[in-house]
This record gives sequence, C-alpha cells and structure tokens, in this order.
Amino acid sequence: MRSRFLHPAAILSLLITAAAAQDLASFEKRVTVKTLANGLTILICERPEAPVFSFFTHVDVGAAQEDTGKSGLAHMFEHMAFKGTDKIGTTDYAAEKLALEKVEAGYAAYNTERTKRVGRDEQKLKQLESAWKDAIKDAQQYVKVNEFAQIIENNGGEGLNASTNSDETNYHYSLPSNRLELWAYLESERFLHPVMREFYTERNVVMEERRLRTDSNPIGRLLFEQFIGAAFLAHPYHRPVVGWMSDLQSFSATDAQRFFDRYYVPANMIVAISGDVKASEAMPLLEKYFGRLPAKPKPEDVSSVEPPQNAERRVLMHDQAQPFYAEGYHRPDYRNPDDATYDVIGDILSSGRTSRLYRSLVRDKGIAAQAAGFSGFPGTKYPGMFLFFAVPTPKHTTSELAEGIGAEIKRLKDEDVSDEELQTVKTRAKADLLRSLGENEGLAAALAINQARYGDWRELFRQIQKIDAVTKADIRRVANQTFVPSNRTVGIIETTPRAASPAQKGGE
Amino acid sequence: MRRLFFSALLVIASLACIPHSAVAQSSEWKQIPIPSLHKFQPAQPKRIALPNGMVIFLQEDHELPFIEGTALIRGGSRDEVAGKAGLVELYGDVWRTGGTKGKTGDALDDFLEARAAKVETNGDLDLTSISFSCLKGDLNEVFSIFTDFLRQPEFRAEKLDLAKDQAYTAISRRNDSVQAIAAREARKLAYGAKNPYARDYEYATIATVTRQDLLDWHTAHVHPNNVLLGITGDFDAAAIETKLRETFAGWAKGPAIKTPAIEFQPAKPGYYLVEKKDVNQTNIRMVEPGIRRDNPDFFAIEVFNEAFGGGFSARLISNVRTRKGLAYSVGGGIGSSFDHTGLTRLSMGTKSQSTVEAINALYAEIDGLAGNPLTDDEIRNAKDSILNSFIFNLDSPDKVLRERMTYEFYGYPTDFLDKYRSGIEKVTAADVARIPGKYLHKDKLAVLVVGNPAEFDKALTTLGPVTAVDITIPEPPQEAEGRPAQ
Repeated sequence: MRSRFLHPAAILSLLITAAAAQDLASFEKRVTVKTLANGLTILICERPEAPVFSFFTHVDVGAAQEDTGKSGLAHMFEHMAFKGTDKIGTTDYAAEKLALEKVEAGYAAYNTERTKRVGRDEQKLKQLESAWKDAIKDAQQYVKVNEFAQIIENNGGEGLNASTNSDETNYHYSLPSNRLELWAYLESERFLHPVMREFYTERNVVMEERRLRTDSNPIGRLLFEQFIGAAFLAHPYHRPVVGWMSDLQSFSATDAQRFFDRYYVPANMIVAISGDVKASEAMPLLEKYFGRLPAKPKPEDVSSVEPPQNAERRVLMHDQAQPFYAEGYHRPDYRNPDDATYDVIGDILSSGRTSRLYRSLVRDKGIAAQAAGFSGFPGTKYPGMFLFFAVPTPKHTTSELAEGIGAEIKRLKDEDVSDEELQTVKTRAKADLLRSLGENEGLAAALAINQARYGDWRELFRQIQKIDAVTKADIRRVANQTFVPSNRTVGIIETTPRAASPAQKGGE
Repeated sequence: MRRLFFSALLVIASLACIPHSAVAQSSEWKQIPIPSLHKFQPAQPKRIALPNGMVIFLQEDHELPFIEGTALIRGGSRDEVAGKAGLVELYGDVWRTGGTKGKTGDALDDFLEARAAKVETNGDLDLTSISFSCLKGDLNEVFSIFTDFLRQPEFRAEKLDLAKDQAYTAISRRNDSVQAIAAREARKLAYGAKNPYARDYEYATIATVTRQDLLDWHTAHVHPNNVLLGITGDFDAAAIETKLRETFAGWAKGPAIKTPAIEFQPAKPGYYLVEKKDVNQTNIRMVEPGIRRDNPDFFAIEVFNEAFGGGFSARLISNVRTRKGLAYSVGGGIGSSFDHTGLTRLSMGTKSQSTVEAINALYAEIDGLAGNPLTDDEIRNAKDSILNSFIFNLDSPDKVLRERMTYEFYGYPTDFLDKYRSGIEKVTAADVARIPGKYLHKDKLAVLVVGNPAEFDKALTTLGPVTAVDITIPEPPQEAEGRPAQ
C-alpha cells in the first residue's frame, strides 16, 4: 500500500528537489543539451564513475491525451514499444505486414458486428471472430517473440522497463557503456519503425494488469476510479490510466498506430543519458540515430480545464477490505508560483517521524497507522489534487481520521509554522537533491523531466531557491485558499459487516 | 573484469558471423560495433578486525558530501520463540523510536531531521540492523547517536505500545491484498506453517512482548563479535579508522549467537485454495523447497533460472504472457538462500475465468523442459545476460561494500562475486540440462490458488484433491485490543 502512494510522490520528488555543493555550476560543465533539427531534445550528463550508463526517454503524452472511448491507449502503446520493429522481432517483415493488415481488417469487421446496437447476427459474429483469430495465428508465424527485449538483455540491460501515467510516458534501462551505439540504434528504431504485432494478445496482458492493480485491489478500486471520477468532471484526469475494461476490449492496433503517429513526434520527446559517456563523442552518435525521426508538428494540448469545484463530493465504498480514508483538494498545476509552497506543505505534513500528520494522528492520537498529504495526484502537468490519506488502527474510524486531518489543516491555516519546521524542510530539500545526484537512473530521469516541464534542465537546481523563498505567510495563505470544504473530494472505504464466510472473518 | 567483457565480446562476434536465412536488413543491429569496455577496477573496501571481534569495512566514495553506515547484527526473527513471534519486528522499530539513555526518540527525530540526517533500525529474518546517513560535516554528532543506540538503547514503553498498534493494524489488514496472502501462504506450504521463516505473528504473540524482552534481545545479541559494520562516503579511511578503534575499543566481547536447528516441513503436494471473493484475478503459486547458495549446482541453477523464468525474454514470460496472453505478472525459478533452503516458486496472476488453464500452462512449461529442453541458444542468451550485466553488481562503491558485507556475514568467500562470474562462465549446456529434473518436480509442488472459485473456468477438483486454507485471523486476547481509549 505504501509503495502505491510513494509512486506519485517519488516522481514528484524529482521535481521538487534541488542543490548545494554539487551545484549548478558543476553540472553546467557536465551536462550538454541539444535540440535536433527534427525537434527532439537530447541531454547528456557525463558521470564517469563506472563504465555504465542509464537513459530516460520522456514522451510528453499520457492518459490525459486519450480520446473518449480509447482510454488506456497511451499505456497500451507503451507495451507495444517492446514488440520490436520491421527488422527486429520478425522473420519476414514483408509477409508479416500483409498478415497484420488482414488482422486489422478482420478485427474491424468483427468489432463492427460486435458493437451493432440493432440487428447483430450472432452466427456471423462467430464467423468473423474466428476469421480474425485465424488471421492472428497466421501473423504469429512471422514473430520472433520478445527479440527486442532479448537483444537488450543479452547485452547486459538492467532495469528494462517503462511507465505511463496521466501526464507522460517514460522508457528507461541501463547498459554497459560500450553498448551506447547499439542502444541509440534500438531506442531510435523502436520509435522510427514500430510494429503493432501481437497487439490483441498484449491487450489481454494489459487487461490482467488492470485486474491486478485496480479491480482486485481495494485502494485501487477506490482511488483510481471512484475517487478521481468524482473529483474531476471536465478534465481527462477523471479517467483511469490503465483504461476502462470496455475500452480495452474495443480499441485496435490501428488506434494504437494512430496514437503513436500523433503524439510520438520528435518535438514531443526528450532523451537523457547519464553515465560513462563523453558528450563530444556521444552527441554526434545520438544525433545520427535520433535525427532520423521525421519532424512533425507538436500535437495540440488538452483544452479542457477543470472548472472550480463549488460543492464537496463524497465517495463511500462499502467493501470487504479494511477501512481507508482519503480527501483531496484541487490545486493549480506545477507552473503556478505557489508550486513550491505546496511542496513545503506536503513535506511539513508528511515527511518522516517529525511530520505533523505522523505526530498527531499516529503518535499522539493513535488513530492512524499511516497518514500523509502530498501533491501530484493523479498528475502534476495539469491542475491536480493535494491528497491526504490515512489508514486507521483497529477500533478507530475514518471519521476520527477526517477530524484529525481537519485539525492539522486548521493549524496550517490559523498558525504560522515554526522557524525550525520551515528550516528543516529547506535543509532536507537541499540534501535530498544532493542525494539524488549520485546515480545514473535518477539523474537521467530528473534531467529529462525538468527539461520537458520547464524547457530547461537547470530547473532541477533552481527549485531549491524557490523552496528557500517560501515564507510562513505563503503557507497560511495557500492553506486558506486551498483547503476549503467546497474544494474537497472525500473517498472512504468502510468494511462491510462480516458474513458467515470464513474467508471474510478476521480483524479484531 | 576485462576478461569477462572480452569473452562476452567473442560471443557477440560469433553471433555476427552466423549466416542468416532472413532478409539481410533484419541483421542490421548485429553490424553495430561493440568496443571493449573501459578498464574498470572498482575499489575494494578496507577490512578491519578489532580485537573484540567486531569487523569493520571502510569504503571511500568522494562523489557526494555524505557518509553512510550500516551495522548488521546476527540473530533475527527466525531465532525468536514461537510464543513471541513478532518480537524482532517490534524490536526493529522500538530500538530506534524508543531513544537512547540520554535522549528520547522524538528528540532525536528533531535533531536528525534538522540536519537532513537519518539513523534507522530494522528487524529481519536472520539479522537486525542499524544504519545512519548524514552530510559529512555532521558525522561526529550523528555517529555518536548511532553508537548510543548500539550501546545504550532505552526502548521506552510508550513506543512499544505504538509499535504494537502498528503490528495489530498490519494483522487486521493482512487479508486485504491478494498478493500478500499468496506470498505468505505459499511460504507456509513450502516450509511448514510453524517454520520460523514462514510463520505469522498474531495478536496474541504480539501482546506477550514486553519492554524487558526487547532489552533482553539487545543484551543477548548486540556484542562487538556479533556485529559487522560498513561505512561508505566522503571520508578519509585512515582518519576514521583511528576514531572507530577508539570508539569501540572498550566494548567487551559477548557470547556467540547460536541459531536453534530449524525444521522444514513442506506441505504434501496437491492443490490448496484460499477463497477470496472480492477479486477477479487468481493468484497462483507453485512451490517446493529450493537450495542453499553453496550448492555446487548454484551457477547452473542461475543460468537455468535466467533462461526459464528470469528476464523478459525467458520462457515463462515469452510463452505464458507474450504468446498466450494469460498473465501480466508471471515468473519463477529455483530459489536459493545463503544459509538455508530457498523457495522454489512459479507464480502468476490470471483472470478468474482462466485459472485452470493457467495452471496447466505452467505445468506445460515444466513438462516442456523435458520434452523440449533449453536449447544451446537459450543457454547462451542466459549466460550473456548474466555476464554482460555483471558490471551492475559493482558500479558504485556502496554496492561493492554491500556485497562484501553480505559474503562476510554469511561466511562465504570474500571473492564470491569473482567466483560467481567464473562459475557462470563455466556452466555448460549439459550442466543446465540436469537442473530441472533434479530441482523442479511437478509431482512435489504444492499449488496454492488464491481467488474466487465461483468464477473459475473449471473446478480445481478436476485437477486433483483440493485442501481449503483457512486464513481467518485469530481473535486477539482480551488485553490486546489496542491501546486504552484516548
């Protein structure tokens, strides 16, 4: 449970941390940035500690960009980016291409019949389904299963993975540094010649991922769907990143290819590497490979803006699981001048055993086993939420948690935080930034994300000055304007009274 | 080091020479040159053995202005008495929160957080540990807190109450996560429900733990001859060695720790069902006891695991996930632990409606190892993966330090990592071919199924007799119902 909450916060910490001794000046000498003619930006950070490097490809597209009826497509494409290219993962691409076209034609015919509101012919539907599945089988004969991943793994790839959230899609792994050119080839090819092979089988895999993270997970059920669905009316943040099951059962490889064509354009992509590389040698190499991606216009951004909330919303889920409490408040996006103040508030409330929520709800009142509040749910690129959550101890109720959180909010609004608290936050921000500079994976990610969000990787270091500038008055002002009942969405799990089933018995 | 990458290079080179039946362009990636890797000899930590038996490792790392240290102490929850299961869990928490003789845990929280420093403690299966991390300028103050915790912990009673509340909360919620249930119950099947590596703590066992128990545990275990301390960061090893020798010189030796003999009682092979009605995905775990890492077959097993269930391109993922689309998460292999029997496990999650199909798919992979043994290509790929990524065991000074400490702790050769590399290199196809028959037994597996049987594709009983596993949480005794009302 903890890691589920640390996840958005961890991504966020890449944004909020900043510098001291290993300062901006020293990184100016080690970081080289270049935007290629096609619009793709490359960042190279020289860190010759060991003969390895990590990369982070940031694509400025997430679930927020999906069209209605196609939820989950950003994440689905991320899975497809491991399926290889017209040269990798195939025994005969010319033949496979034709076979894949037949799969799409078959699926379109099947799906048209399947979704007929009136006059669906069940007999015909079965025939179309079996014709489509035969076409899949036919295409499968040309596939070299997982060859793309295998090349990376055989060459010593470490941490091969990717992630999609509401805001963005990220691809990352590490390799020994003598594989730099091989990597540049593989990473550019997957976005130059992606092939939507094995799409419909992979769609089943993604449905399993949905069952794992959302359907079969009580807090996933509450927060990822019911809560964000209530909190966001207009903005696409109201959709689950993994997608609605009916959309997963309906979208096609053609949809995925179109999504790719529209959003995976060089101007929307940043590639950062950190490790044992020399910019003077690596930059021409990366330019040679990534420069091949054709330039296209940057896609239009999301236009819907979440209107101000003027009524409290509550979601109460009766569930077999133990109780859980969350409340969220809308806040502006990361570009807002108060962004650093929200980070300071999150830190004062949540960071470690000196945090206010720990000391009040966990230590003194004994009503919570865990309690925290942080920004960035479900994302940070667009106006999102400052989310509080708490896990009650046995015998204590979610309404006690609501009261306990309310008391801490009131304190933030009515009283200045102490000099010591504020200073601790500022010291910690500097130290956290420093600590994050000592490994390639984190560095590549932080440079890419800051470049994407601010147009300048240096913002990673400048964030410190913004945190340093936050005053006690800022904290009270922001708390007073944000944490008001009409701006609140509450999500609660209450345990259903136990039936006779032994599996449901338990607890105190 | 150099030899490793040189040999890996030869493999790549030989691959490039294989003639291809496919069109020429499909081998494009093979034409990309792979130069030899920069020569790299990671610094080894300095080992210091004090006269009182304490062993210290020092590893300089001047990249960032921090200093971090960890002490590993022999003895963990596997050594606690069954009636007090959870004692080490509580100890690992209250050791830190309960403060030292001179200062409360809360006061130390304030002091350390103001310096962005940490001192943390932890209880584990076979060890407890205490670590610190600070800016180098704060070393003296933070290290003196660290040694106060080693020598003069206080275990204040109110923090034990708090830790017990946390433990009660964990117990009450332990059936909310299907993966947690599966991991826990699978361990019990492989090792025995009462085995110390598998047993749960309960309301009743937590309730019996007293402050005196924590003090007694500390007195019995935290002796210099039972402690391994490793420090890494931005310091001068010679200077800090002098300081450490002074600090720990007066600390008297204590009795050696003896771990009682531990019994393993694997469950009978067959099907075990945990009914969980609020899920639409079934969690499947097939388990049996594995091996100890000093088993001479260890290296062949590592190669086997990599090819069978390790990476993205291994058989389990390629067949069960990529080809059949039956799972998002699937994997497994023959388990190994340093000083006890590891846990051999195949695991996957699949929709309720494909539960039996998925079990049969896993069986097909086990059967496939006999009918369709791992090919030379698969074995070569697995070895390449392990050897080419070997550098990631050594790519930072603190990783090198942690590896060294682990081998010292479990009594393995200090150059175990080098031996590992050469051990993997020497593994032959014949070595790997022997592994599944010897260590992965379809007829000995206990198959745990956690899910909603009303929605299964077929009844589990069509596969064989099914034993229901009751995960009802035992009621707490009267006096353990949380802390008194506030």
